[in-house]
Parts: sequence; structure tokens; C-alpha cells
Amino acid sequence: MRGATHAKWAAGAIVIALAATACGGGGSSGGGSGADGIVSSSWGDPQNPLEPANTNEVQGGKVLDMLMRGLKRYDPKTGEAQNMIADKIDTSDSQNFTVTLKDGWTFSNGEKVTSKSFVDAWNYGANLKNNQKNASMFSYIDGYDKIHPKSGTPASDTLSGLKVVDDKTFTVKLNQKFSTWPDTLGYPAFAPLPRAFFDDHASWLSKPIGDGPYTVDSYTKGSKLSMRTWAGYMGPDKAQNGGIDLKVYTDNNTAYTDLTAGNLDLIDDVPASQLKNVKADLGDRYINTPAGIIQTLAFPYYDAAWNTPDAVKVRKGISMAINRQQITDTIFQKTRTPATDWTSPVLGAAGGYKAGLCGDACTYNPAEAKKLITEGGGIPGGQLKIAYNADTGSHKEWVDAVCNSINNALGNDKACVGGPVGTYADFRSQITQSKMSGPFRAGWQMDYPLIQNFLQPLYYTGASSNDGKWTNAEFDKLVDQANADTDKAKAVADFQQAEGVVRDQMAAIPLWYQNGSAGYSDRVSNVALNPFSVPVYNEIKVS
Amino acid sequence: MGRYVIRRLLQMIPVFFGATLLIFLMVNVMGDPIAGLCGDKACDPATAAQLKKEFGLDKPVWQQYLTYMGNVFTGDFGTAFNGQKVTELMSAAFPVTIRLTIVAIVFEVVIGISLGVVTGLRRGRPVDTVVLMLTLIVIAIPVFVTGLLLQLLLGVEWGVIRPTVSPEAPFNELLIPGLVLASVSLAYVTRLTRTSIAENRRADYVRTAIAKGLPRRRVITRHLLRNSLIPVVTFIGTDVGALMGGAIVTERIFNIHGVGYQLYQGILRQSTQTVVGFVTVLVLVFLIANLIVDLLYAVLDPRIRYA
Repeated sequence: MRGATHAKWAAGAIVIALAATACGGGGSSGGGSGADGIVSSSWGDPQNPLEPANTNEVQGGKVLDMLMRGLKRYDPKTGEAQNMIADKIDTSDSQNFTVTLKDGWTFSNGEKVTSKSFVDAWNYGANLKNNQKNASMFSYIDGYDKIHPKSGTPASDTLSGLKVVDDKTFTVKLNQKFSTWPDTLGYPAFAPLPRAFFDDHASWLSKPIGDGPYTVDSYTKGSKLSMRTWAGYMGPDKAQNGGIDLKVYTDNNTAYTDLTAGNLDLIDDVPASQLKNVKADLGDRYINTPAGIIQTLAFPYYDAAWNTPDAVKVRKGISMAINRQQITDTIFQKTRTPATDWTSPVLGAAGGYKAGLCGDACTYNPAEAKKLITEGGGIPGGQLKIAYNADTGSHKEWVDAVCNSINNALGNDKACVGGPVGTYADFRSQITQSKMSGPFRAGWQMDYPLIQNFLQPLYYTGASSNDGKWTNAEFDKLVDQANADTDKAKAVADFQQAEGVVRDQMAAIPLWYQNGSAGYSDRVSNVALNPFSVPVYNEIKVS
Repeated sequence: MGRYVIRRLLQMIPVFFGATLLIFLMVNVMGDPIAGLCGDKACDPATAAQLKKEFGLDKPVWQQYLTYMGNVFTGDFGTAFNGQKVTELMSAAFPVTIRLTIVAIVFEVVIGISLGVVTGLRRGRPVDTVVLMLTLIVIAIPVFVTGLLLQLLLGVEWGVIRPTVSPEAPFNELLIPGLVLASVSLAYVTRLTRTSIAENRRADYVRTAIAKGLPRRRVITRHLLRNSLIPVVTFIGTDVGALMGGAIVTERIFNIHGVGYQLYQGILRQSTQTVVGFVTVLVLVFLIANLIVDLLYAVLDPRIRYA
């Protein structure tokens, strides 16, 4: 039959096509991606250009942590600020500091790291003309208002508080007393920059040069950044592997798939949907450790309804109506820990973390919650609408769970609903324009492991991240006092007292501390996350 | 014919402007993009104002649109928020997506049309029924299910392919993603070809051709298939644009850094320049693909003439 031959011909073509498909790319599967001790790790496309003072998110930050070293570095285990390039930072009045550098440090292009490398970098970072998103990190240095005015053009190109004494020494004058200021200097924005950065900015951005344990080998923006160990590195924390390949993933689920298939060595963000399987897939190659991140519910104090003395009771009541333990167990699979203060466990007791500081107000107690809310005059407007951004993260799930918990406690299934906002950008712009009408999700990832960083930027009057515009004279006074203390232990105690004010007013409801979660292949070992939930790349060993 | 082409090209101008304006307005109503750039902190107002000025966001929308379109005609698509030129993003993303689209189209043409011819010629037979059922299943299952399933089975369980595509995205790594991307359209192509072939099989010219004693292969390829392909070509033509723009899901699953990924990032970060730039090019691709489809009609069926 003639027809039959044609059917065969067509079927044959399909078989060939399918076979070709199956063969394609088959050869290179399996095994790790790199030889010679190269660790491959998942990465997200950094949002901003890779400049120290312009990087404010984790993805860019982890690169800077490999490429750059500043005056101090936070210990990957304890979070303590330790001298790196700084030999010593002296002060007698908590306001004037003299920084002395260690000898022998160079950038990977051979240029020496001098006090000018720091002063130039800081002046660049603070200057309004350069649009650096972390410029406010320099706001404690004298002369910041000249180089970064609230409006108009800068009157000066340098910070008057910075003075180069010689190659190894410079002085810093702050515009207020700030005893723990030297401990903030581990933040990447304070890294020194070589002349190449200023001379040929574009080529520096395409291949950054730093003084850290790694150098950039190749950088394809948006897809891959290869770093190799730099033999000339001066610091004590030399790299224990041959290099790191950071690969951009479109989705962290895809990265997880690649890890389980053996194509990737390390992911530093286990997708929420995989948390159920991660133990079975990775066993003890799954890390789940506390990070310096706390999630809270913030309130719009510019809305008169929330800014009444009675509203304090309502806020406490809402806090008591949230079953934190149940939500962190079921929705977050224990990758969050119920919060009992407004800081983070990574600070340690000496650093200012105080478990249980929140007391009863953070303990689930539906009966008391209902009583307090009724005493306080009920929820302003009759309904609680918790705003969150719906585009990233799985915020909808926990907001719904929180609302559910509140509704159950109040015996009213309309007492609380979620208020999704389309994009993160829109969410942020509504917050910065003070357009929130009810509580909204707030998260804080610490810049440096200090109790100051968990309190002052968030609750001090007019502070940069005081999104709810909360203000309290007593709190402000205690913070000022803590900053002026020259003794660190005394400063921490004063900050804790200030935190007590936050508690008594329930300025924001603490929800839970976030953990960092990571997973790695059996090719690598000695993997850990630092208090910022970033892998300690230089310590990873390849077997 | 020449006049027809010119008229079609002129028609493209209002479509082009309309589509870009709509996208421009849509991206702009989503709120202030600068606010999302500073993470969980508020941007300090001076820096925010400075950034807005740099990206031209401080001007009214109509003025932004005019400046933007003015720049586009000089080949300047602006700068994305991460400091990269949008043209740079395009030159990285489009080749990858074009390769993926080619793979998908080839699958559609080869598998889709072959299956369509086979089933169209033997309507009602077991082969026909089986293929019809299969296409129905493919159409019914969402692309991300097919994609994730194939990735899990072929990539992780059996290790036949790499579960993700490397940044260079060569053709051989794009075969499975291309098949996934093509799957639904492929099913439609099969069904369209089948119906069209089955209908034309009884047409007078086919009967004439058979009566003339032409070999069966010649009857099918020259006479039957050529006429039956018109609706199929229309479908595939419009599908080119749809595949390029609609690859977001497939690209996410297989970690392909193409147009879909860049658009997704652009939308998340509300980067007007990225989104509008990519959509502008996609609109052009759509228009040109449609034009080519219309011109192909005349080749397939000489009775179709353009005055």
C-alpha cells in the first residue's frame, strides 16, 4: 500500500527528531561544573552597578565581600568587627577618630592601599553628584550636609571631616558623638578604591579591582561572574579554594534543580517550595542558621487613628493575637524563629540581643488579645489591612496566616485582611510617600551587627528607615545617650533601655527572625553562612 | 505587489507608535520605580531626586515618551537601572531567544505538519484518533507542567540532558526547552493541518491531479499540501512573535537568559527603559512576521494577488 510508506516516512522523521533531542547536550551532564577547586554558586542579577557605595542588596554585597576588604571585617561566626586593614582606630571623645593603616596592603593591580584610597572612596560615595544609594552611610561624618545637601547641588566635593595625615594615617571628625562608629566600618560602602576606579570608571565597572582575596576573572553581566583566588592577598582570611563562579539564575527553583542534578555546588537561598524536600535531598548539606534579619509589622503614625494613647493597647492586642510559633513552623518550615525582641540573635547577649524582652506582648494569648483590643477602642477603621508587595517573596502566605490568627482570636473573620500591592517599587513608593492607611510588612536586614543598627535607623525621629514616622522623645534621648557612651557595654545597656520604650509603646510588632538557608553539593565542604546570611566563600573547601 | 508592501509598511507606523505608547503608559502607572531601588530602606530624597533626573523620570509622561521615541530613532534605547545600556541587554538576550524560537518553529513545522498530514490523510483511523488525543492532552497541560516534568525526568532523574541551559545557550542545549515552548503551538499546527488536508483532499483539483495519474507523493506535496498550508502559515507566522515574547515561563524553568527573562526583570524593577525597549523590538518582530505571512500567501496560492 502506497499510503503506508508515507506514514512510515513521517513516523521515521519524528523518531529521528526525537532521538536528536534526547542526545542533545547529553554529553556534558553530571559532575560539578568546574575543575581546579572552583566552586560554582547561584547568584541573582545585582540591581545596581557594582560599586561599594552603590550596593545595598545581598547579591551585589556578596561580590564585594569577596573582592574588597575595608578597615574592618565582621567575623563570619560571631559577627564581631575585627581590624582588617586598620591597625588601630583611636578616639578620646567618641567624635574625633584617628585611623592608622597596616603596612603592605595593595590592590590586585599593584597599587598601594593608602589613607588616600579611603578618603577618596568615601568622598566619592558621599557626593550627591555620584548618585550612590548608600551615601547616607557617610552621614555621620562632618561636612556631609555640604557634599550631600537635601536639595540643590553640593557646595563641596569633599567631606570636611576627613583629613589625610600621611600615607598610613587619616583622621575623621563626626558631626555627633558615636562611640560604636568604628564598628560600622565593616560595611562594604567603606571599602577603599584604587585610582583606576576614578580614572576609568566604565572599565572598572566591567571588571572591578579590589584588595580582597579574589580577583575578577571574567564578568558577563546578567549571567556569570568568575572570580579567582588572588595570590598576592595580604589578609589573614585567604581563600581556601581556587575561585568562585557565580551563576545568575532566573529562579531559585531552577538553581535548586541544578544543585540536585549535580551541576551546581552551592545555593544560598533554598526556595520555600522545596523546604519540605530539602532534608531528604541534601541531608546535612542543608544549612539553616540565624541571620541578622527581623520581620515586623510597622504602623503609619502619620495616620491620627494609630497615633492615640489607646492605640498602644490595640497594637499590643494585635501582637498577642498572632500565633508566631505556628506560622513559623508550618508556613516557613522553621526557617524563621518567633521574635521576642526587636534585634536579632546574631548580635549575641553581649551585643544587645535580649531574648524575651518583648515579654507577654509577644506571647500568643487570644483571650487577652481580644480584651486589650476592645479596651483600646477596637481596630481603627474597623478592619486591619496588612499591606505587602505581591511580586516577590511569599508574603501573601504569611500575611494571610497572620490575619487568620488575628481573626480567630477576635472571633471575627473580617477583622483582618491582606492588602497586596502589585510591585515592590510601588509598595516602597507608597511607604515613602506616607500613603499607608494601616499596618504594613516591614523587614530589616542589618548593615552591621550592632544593636544601634536595629534601633536608630528604624525608630529614631526622622531616621532614614523610620517608615511609620514614629517619634518618641524618651527613645531619642536614650539613643543619643547610648551613642555618646565611650564604654561599649554601657552603650549596649542604654540601647536596650531605648528598646524598652519601643516595647512599651509597641512601636512595631516584631514577628520573627529570619534564618539564612543554604544547600551545597558533596563536592564542597566547610560551608557556612555569616550573620548576613551570605556564604563564607573564602573558607569553602573543594574535595 | 510593490504598492501593497509599501501600504503595509505605512500601516505599521501607527501600530508601532500606539503599541509603544500603551506600554509606556502601563509601566508608568505602576508607581515610582526609584523607590524600589534602595531595598528596604528609603532612598534619601536628594539621591532619589538625582536618580529621577538622570533617568528622566522627573518630567511629565508625554514628554518622557517623546524624548524616548526621539532617542529610539537614533538607536539609543536608554540605560537600565543596573547601569547597562538597554541595547547591550538586547544584544545579549535576543540571539538566545531567536535561537530558542528557531528550535520551536522547526519543531512546529517538522513534527506539526508531518503529523497533520498523516492524520489528515487517514481521518478516523486509529493513528488519527491517537494523535488527536495526544494533541488534546498537550493543549490541556500548562507549559510549566510539561517543562518542569521534562526537566525533572530528563535532567535530574535520568541525566539525559543538563537541567539548565548554560549562559551561551547553544542550539543543542535548547532542544528540550524549544520542544516545551513549541508544544502547545505544535498541537495546534497538527490539528490545523489535519483539518485543512482532510478538507482539500476532496477538492476538484486534487481529484484532477489523481486522475491525471500523477504520483501520490507529488499530489500530496505539490497540490494538496501547498493549498492546505495557508491557515497553517498564518498561525506559525503570528506564533513567531508570540513565542519570542511568551517565552518567560520556559526561560525561567530552564534558566535561559533571553528576552523573557529580561522583560520579567524589567517589569519587577519597573525599569521603563528595559520594558519599553524590548517590547518595541517585539512589536517590530510581530509586524514583520505578519507582513511576511501575507506575502507568503501569494507564493503558496498564485490566485491570491495584491493590487
